[in-house]
Amino acid sequence: MISGLLVEDLAIRRGERLLFEHLSFRASAGEAIALIGRNGAGKTSLLRAVAGLLRPAAGTVRFEGAEDAADARSRDLHLIGHHDGLKGGRTAREELAFAASWSGGDEAGLARAAEALDLGRLLDLEVRKLSAGQRRRVGLARLVAAPRALWLLDEPLAPLDSVWRERIGGLLKDHLAGGGMLLAAVHDPLPVPARAVEIGA
Amino acid sequence: MNPLLVLLRRELALAWGRGGGPLPALAFYAGVTTLVPLAVGPEPDRLAVIAPGIAWLALALASLLSLERLFERDFEDGALDLLALGEPGLEAVCAVKALAQWLATGLPLAFAAPIAALMLGAPVAIAPIVLLCALVGGLAFAFVGGMGAALTLGSRRGGVLIAVIVLPLFAPPVIFGGGALAQAASVTGGTSGLLLLCGWAAAAVALSPLAMAAACRNALD
Repeated sequence: MISGLLVEDLAIRRGERLLFEHLSFRASAGEAIALIGRNGAGKTSLLRAVAGLLRPAAGTVRFEGAEDAADARSRDLHLIGHHDGLKGGRTAREELAFAASWSGGDEAGLARAAEALDLGRLLDLEVRKLSAGQRRRVGLARLVAAPRALWLLDEPLAPLDSVWRERIGGLLKDHLAGGGMLLAAVHDPLPVPARAVEIGA
Repeated sequence: MNPLLVLLRRELALAWGRGGGPLPALAFYAGVTTLVPLAVGPEPDRLAVIAPGIAWLALALASLLSLERLFERDFEDGALDLLALGEPGLEAVCAVKALAQWLATGLPLAFAAPIAALMLGAPVAIAPIVLLCALVGGLAFAFVGGMGAALTLGSRRGGVLIAVIVLPLFAPPVIFGGGALAQAASVTGGTSGLLLLCGWAAAAVALSPLAMAAACRNALD
């Protein structure tokens, strides 16, 4: 399991445009980082670069406690972006079961996730019949179903109501208390104590 | 359970979920092979000669049909991020997706091929070799076609573009398969055509996942 995330002198370029450069920060176990910045500043790109999906123009992303960055990425992080990857025509149960077992979760994890996100009644519905907030809960359930150290979340709370923002806050707290790390792009404050890193300032 | 098996099951379920699995490709295949006698004339002698070749060519075209959605949907809805980050790696993901494509459409088409050839008047003796060519060739078409599907990710009108990219790459297996069928119909016989087709399919299965994964990474970047 990884015990820290180290971003050094990172620069990201999309096409001709330089989104940001010389970005460095460190997250250690139990720490949450809120990425703030204007629309289009590069928060999502940063998350994708940490996940290894996007090649940075300069700089490095390192995972402490891991021999190999590719291994760490495939075993120790969850990325949940704007697009949740859920197929509208399949049931929430099928989609969650796939996402969880693809990420190394098991039956017990699925049950835990359904309980934590109160998905009982939703699981048998087709994903396209869910509301935006319900759909986000199904997407986030993967975090609980397959425990991993680093959570990369893009606007995780945006479609959720106030009750659910609070409950997800509880999940985040538990994750951090267990030595997990959180890197979240947000516009509203996170419901857990977090260090703010401004992108594209 | 092995994550790649989980993925294969999901791909097959999605193939059936998105527009009836092999049914559109089979309908296209039946349509093309039915139009041939209308175009070249119904004389049994003439049809019997071209029947295996037509059945074979129509199979190559029908294999193109459902390629467009092979990566496109996962790319659009973000599932490709999840698949790319998985432990098996993107190369294995691409291989499984192409395999599922073959199982979902290539296999049913392969069993339709000898039927179409017989309907057009090909001798019964040639049906097994048509089936064999269609099975092996279909595998090659699925993997090479997957390369086209991955390369066109993110472009509009991807379907036509896939055909333009992939059809020239279909030339070798079409030639080898056509040779195998001609050898089967001739008195001298021979298996070199079929062996070349098998070799080409093996190379496609081994190499195209690398190209598919590189193209997907490029699209995700």
